Amino acid sequence: MKNGIKLMYRNVRVALSLLVGLTSLVLPFQLSAQGYQLGDAVANFRLKNVDGSMISLSDYASKKGVIVVFTCNHCPFARAYEDRIGSLDGKFAPQGYPVVAINPSDPVAYEDDTFEQMQERARAKNYTYPYLADATQAVAHDFGATRTPHVFVLKNQGGKFSVQYIGTVDDNPQDPAGVTKRYVDDAVSNLLAGKPVVITTTKAIGCAIKWKDI
Amino acid sequence: MKKLLTVCLMLFTLAGYSQSTVSTSEDSLVALETDSLAKVPAGQPTPNGQDSALVEKTLVKEVKWPTLDTLLHTESDTTYILNFWATWCRPCVAELPHFEELNKNYARHKVRIILVSMDFVRDIEDRVIPFVKRMKLDNTVWLLNEPDANSWIEKVDTSWSGALPATLILNPSRTKRAFFEKALDYDTLVRELSYFTEY
Repeated sequence: MKNGIKLMYRNVRVALSLLVGLTSLVLPFQLSAQGYQLGDAVANFRLKNVDGSMISLSDYASKKGVIVVFTCNHCPFARAYEDRIGSLDGKFAPQGYPVVAINPSDPVAYEDDTFEQMQERARAKNYTYPYLADATQAVAHDFGATRTPHVFVLKNQGGKFSVQYIGTVDDNPQDPAGVTKRYVDDAVSNLLAGKPVVITTTKAIGCAIKWKDI
Repeated sequence: MKKLLTVCLMLFTLAGYSQSTVSTSEDSLVALETDSLAKVPAGQPTPNGQDSALVEKTLVKEVKWPTLDTLLHTESDTTYILNFWATWCRPCVAELPHFEELNKNYARHKVRIILVSMDFVRDIEDRVIPFVKRMKLDNTVWLLNEPDANSWIEKVDTSWSGALPATLILNPSRTKRAFFEKALDYDTLVRELSYFTEY
């Protein structure tokens, strides 16, 4: 009888430790899978720019909004969109919707994504927008970014930023001339005109963000 | 007349076969090309094995969405493994050998592996085909030329964000499927496949 209780106790202990183990396994996946949904308020972040300065979302409190682009150096899809991201900044920064590029890629996994390589890329391609290093990947986690490039259009209302669009830049990564749907352009244009965004979420092929081992 | 045609065709096939067997000793690539030729689905024109331009095209077959859609809804009781990858995607390239091993070990099962490349179509000749040769990929390789991925990603699986690599295991006739938006190792693949093959 005593043995029976002991055995039961042991079983419960094993079950409990298994449960704890499983929870800790599952949690990081949930964190990366969720992130901001449409309409969600965005928490402030503060990251290092390629020019060495620190940039926060709150620095944009006087703007109408921000086009946040999770991108990186190594991914061909990100590179395919580099010029178009520059064009978005050229078109919309003067109208109050500047681009803020964030690199969440782990430089340990991809040597092209070190801070020095980011600086080099921004210089070589004359980035007109900040290119921030998300060294801990915490910002990408918060947003729920899963791949590069991954765009989030944020609207500013009295210093509070909310998500208005999540997805890809347009419908043709391979050929800018073949683009028929300009998702980000349409979303920002509508917001500037005081209209709701029509296509609010899109999906696209991209390079998976390799999460650091937690 | 019909008989004569059949005999001619047989002779022709034999001639083609013996020729490629001879060249195998000279160049192992030919063996690979002949292998992938054997996998051209029935009902499609089979290149004669001597025209290298034709052979190269079959190494990586450019497909549009309807081809994939047909496969997702086919009636045959075959388990399909669709692996979405790209030559430039490091974790994808790292897991490719697992799919090759699986292909060898499941040759006698009703399992068919298709590696669906997300490379840009303009890179097919200079990048994808040389890669398939270099990696000696035996599996069927398609290049899905549908740039507007937003129009089809959810049809592959509603949970897919579009990140690579991604793998779909499905048996359409039994409406059974499993989807993974991550790299898989061989043991995981075998375990997941067992839910489809051992029933």
